[in-house]
Amino acid sequence: MSLIHEIDYGTPASRSARQVTLTIDGRAITVPEGTSIMRASMEAGIQIPKLCATDMVDAFGSCRLCLVEVEGRNGTPSSCTTPVAPNMVVHTQTNRLKDIRRGVMELYISDHPLDCLTCAANGDCELQDMAGAVGLRDVRYGYEGDNHVRARNDGAINAKWMPKDESNPYFTYDPSKCIVCSRCVRACEEVQGTFALTIEGRGFASRVSPGAHEHFLDSECVSCGACVQACPTATLTEKSVIAIGQPEHSAVTTCAYCGVGCSFKAEMRGEELVRMVPWKEGQANRGHSCVKGRFAYGYASHKDRILNPMIREKISDPWREVTWEEAFSHIATEFRRIQYQYGRDAIGGITSSRCTNEETFLVQKLVRAGFGNNNVDTCARVCHSPTGYGLGQAFGTSAGTQNFDSIEQSDVVIVIGANPTDGHPVFGSRLKKRLRQGAKLIVIDPRRIDLVRTPHVEAAYHLPLKPGTNVAVMTALAHVIVTEGLAAEAFIRERCDWSEFEDWAAFVSEENHSPEATESFTGVPADLIRGAARLFATGGNGAIYYGLGVTEHSQGSTTVMAIANLAMATGNIGRPGVGVNPLRGQNNVQGSCDMGSFPHELPGYRHISDDATRDTFEKLWGVTLNNEPGLRIPNMLDAAVEGTFKGIYIQGEDILQSDPDTRHVSAGLEAMECVVVHDLFLNETANYAHVFLPGSTFLEKDRTFTNAERRINRVRRVMTPKNGLADWQVTQKLAQAMGLNWNYAHPSEIMDEIAATTPSFALVSYDYLDKMGSVQWPCNEAHPKGSPIMHVDGFVRGKGKFIRTEYVATDERTGPRFPLLLTTGRILSQYNVGAQTRRTKNVIWHAEDRLEIHPHDAEQRGIKDSDWIKLASRSGDTTLRAQITDRVSPGVVYTTFHHPDTQANVITTDFSDWATNCPEYKVTAVQVSPSNGPTQWQEDYNDLSNRSRRIAGKIQAAE
Amino acid sequence: MSHDQGREKLIRMANQIAIFFMSQPKTDRAKGVATHINRFWEPRMRKHLFECLDEGADGLMPLVVEASTLINRPSSPTKLDKSGGVAKPL
Ligand code: SF4
Ligand code: SF4
Ligand code: SF4
Ligand code: FES
Repeated sequence: MSLIHEIDYGTPASRSARQVTLTIDGRAITVPEGTSIMRASMEAGIQIPKLCATDMVDAFGSCRLCLVEVEGRNGTPSSCTTPVAPNMVVHTQTNRLKDIRRGVMELYISDHPLDCLTCAANGDCELQDMAGAVGLRDVRYGYEGDNHVRARNDGAINAKWMPKDESNPYFTYDPSKCIVCSRCVRACEEVQGTFALTIEGRGFASRVSPGAHEHFLDSECVSCGACVQACPTATLTEKSVIAIGQPEHSAVTTCAYCGVGCSFKAEMRGEELVRMVPWKEGQANRGHSCVKGRFAYGYASHKDRILNPMIREKISDPWREVTWEEAFSHIATEFRRIQYQYGRDAIGGITSSRCTNEETFLVQKLVRAGFGNNNVDTCARVCHSPTGYGLGQAFGTSAGTQNFDSIEQSDVVIVIGANPTDGHPVFGSRLKKRLRQGAKLIVIDPRRIDLVRTPHVEAAYHLPLKPGTNVAVMTALAHVIVTEGLAAEAFIRERCDWSEFEDWAAFVSEENHSPEATESFTGVPADLIRGAARLFATGGNGAIYYGLGVTEHSQGSTTVMAIANLAMATGNIGRPGVGVNPLRGQNNVQGSCDMGSFPHELPGYRHISDDATRDTFEKLWGVTLNNEPGLRIPNMLDAAVEGTFKGIYIQGEDILQSDPDTRHVSAGLEAMECVVVHDLFLNETANYAHVFLPGSTFLEKDRTFTNAERRINRVRRVMTPKNGLADWQVTQKLAQAMGLNWNYAHPSEIMDEIAATTPSFALVSYDYLDKMGSVQWPCNEAHPKGSPIMHVDGFVRGKGKFIRTEYVATDERTGPRFPLLLTTGRILSQYNVGAQTRRTKNVIWHAEDRLEIHPHDAEQRGIKDSDWIKLASRSGDTTLRAQITDRVSPGVVYTTFHHPDTQANVITTDFSDWATNCPEYKVTAVQVSPSNGPTQWQEDYNDLSNRSRRIAGKIQAAE
Repeated sequence: MSHDQGREKLIRMANQIAIFFMSQPKTDRAKGVATHINRFWEPRMRKHLFECLDEGADGLMPLVVEASTLINRPSSPTKLDKSGGVAKPL
């Protein structure tokens, strides 16, 4: 294995279809029109010296190192800013050019420290490389004059020198090494879209500055790392590189955080991870990343990681470390005892959206073939199950319709119930880039998310609806489109069932669905809805992106159908730039759903009652499968409380923290006799566990993740599992202990089994993925290269189905006791329940969950910013600190749920989506009042957590 | 959660489904409710639903009652599989 070197072509690729042929140093080369001479040369294999150009940003032309001579033209144009022309003849190396370049380099080096040997970038520095490339042999000027290099000049303070900025936990800024090429500034603007950096001052005095001469940490910087990657010198450098040194080998792998599924090069020294660098060829991220994937991997070696299996008889006992064998045989014995005593259906399993496709497939196989029932579910239950149901009904498959590249061709984008700049940051950056190019944005969200107004981006419409009224707003949009004659009739006639459309059109046209009629309860002014509807219907390619603000409602599935209706009614399906795009929360939500994690579905979304599908698996697995749907997570908990469900194997999920109505979850877990938690850490659920199986991280795995665009990405192992066994081996050994005859030698064999049984994966194998980089399913005979866009020639179900979507107010209503509506979300630096990110330096950005409350509501209650407040609902109460902001409307409060101390889910209720039981996280009626500290529940819970983390023979590590 | 709370929740879930299908074209309503419950409700849940129905359908919406003739009654009792649970080889 060696270090993967990616070619830097100097300037971005041109998209032109027209080709131009020119000659560079005697070689003829043909490139698309608009390509720079620099890029054309690099494609011909000729590397022109350069410093201020890199292919992640547009050329700027400031360093004058990349000069060339062009026959018939005067002077020495810079190759990075000069486009190719037909029949041009270019020379990249002449005596004149050599002299100029040496002169340029000499000036650079004269204001640069000469400590190359001890510099962190030694071996990975473009300034060093260029000095070598231009043949720089001596520097005639010393540091006596003006410089940025030394703190003192002849004893006097050097005002130009600036100290290092080490405020960011992951990278440093050393101004003395800066060559002011502005690559970082352009990366922050063009790639990330944050505009945190500027070049301050002019001429020789100029320097890079975050914000208005702030520290990185205090500036707008979101720590995405794009500037660090762009910097050609050691000025911006990862602290890990400074601490460890340059990497010597690397492997391409996939981020284990969010559903964007960014590709990274894991750069290693031995088994030590030096840094994660986004991979340019990654088709989801195109070389970009966010703070989580780029930097927040420290949890993998955190001291809290549990490395040995543990058992305890009762949850009040301390844990006892045991061998793997003992753990497996204990679980097998217990599960079989429970089944004998309470029935075959008394146990089940939960698969994880953080684990890989192969692991998930094995867990559902263990449940179906080993437990002999279908009690398997996944955390997608609590996030995107309504997507599965809603899109399945409308289009015939639950998948998002586009790839991420599609955004580059969108003209109008609706973002509803999602906060991409925080939740899906790399997609957020790609969206902002498109918006800066002129696409229009419609935000439908109770809260003024960042996208509504951020540097150089402003939403055309923000519809600040009351939580819980999505269906009414979406139907009102449809009302306007239909009644104003804006529906795409030709598309609908060709692609959808016309009589269903007519029925639906009559339904949405009813007066009670008009924006005027719904305004009183949605809170959205009618003219905003009318304007937004017209814009979406007539503004060109319209795309809809949505998140959990759509699904986590009692009408989640109905809203998904309403979204599908809107896309079909405006003809926005089946080509690039349009579509219905669920933004998935966790990295492998898509994959875990694909792999048959739902109790009613075998892999590939085929219902368990379907004889032909069962037959396929029965023949291969040599068992008879139960044809009845199993229990979903909330149903498992209900059954546990009722006494008919007694044992569970939970892989990589923390249902106690992530699921609603914590008291109900803990009551369910407490009623069980054998709870097995398989995870990296003693998570909150493990407080109720009898067996703990240590898990492995994505760095320790060879396998695949499937991101939100259905892209199957390879995950590659770069280190040995610290816990001894990879997760698939753990599940396999457990299956063997339960008497199943499994013999996978490598996870690729699991993928082969998936491909053999699941038509949409028919051509997928590790070899094929290695060859293709990644593919988007369906990937089979009909679509050998995968399917970037779905429903191109027709819907999966045949004709698209319009479905009536009647708004029904949730039962969760405000009243005198609970007058405010609580809605929940998340922020950039933390991930889900935070088990990983809380164990990294990311906590610097988000040390606690806060309750956002409007100044008006706060004042009424005598609450000031940062005060402790009590948050109460009919389910329970908790305390946290307030943050006063007008991002939320009066009557609405908002919080994140990243920290277990907050116990935000003590507040949420057990109401759920009518079709899928996806919990209604996004609407809870609450009251807020001043408080002095933690509630009794929080204290009791803390106590329980501390007690249940005791390990016999070990001094308890302080949290 | 007591037995009553469990039942209350089940009734609420069934009614929620009925409310959605109430707004659908008339011919699809009862069939829609029944199909949905058959496809997504585990036998234990359907068994409890039938207990409610058999005891007078208190609190259940008329559409659920109407749909019940199309809902599969689970072969009772489902939990008494004393085989040890291993699915039988073919
Ligand atoms: S880390 Fe990202 S956001 Fe921060 S300054 Fe660099 S490019 Fe901008
Ligand atoms: S910090 Fe790096 S990228 Fe930015 S201007 Fe200085 S040398 Fe160039
Ligand atoms: S968390 Fe998401 S956006 Fe960030 S690097 Fe990972 S996959 Fe990409
Ligand atoms: S690389 Fe072209 S001017 Fe700097």
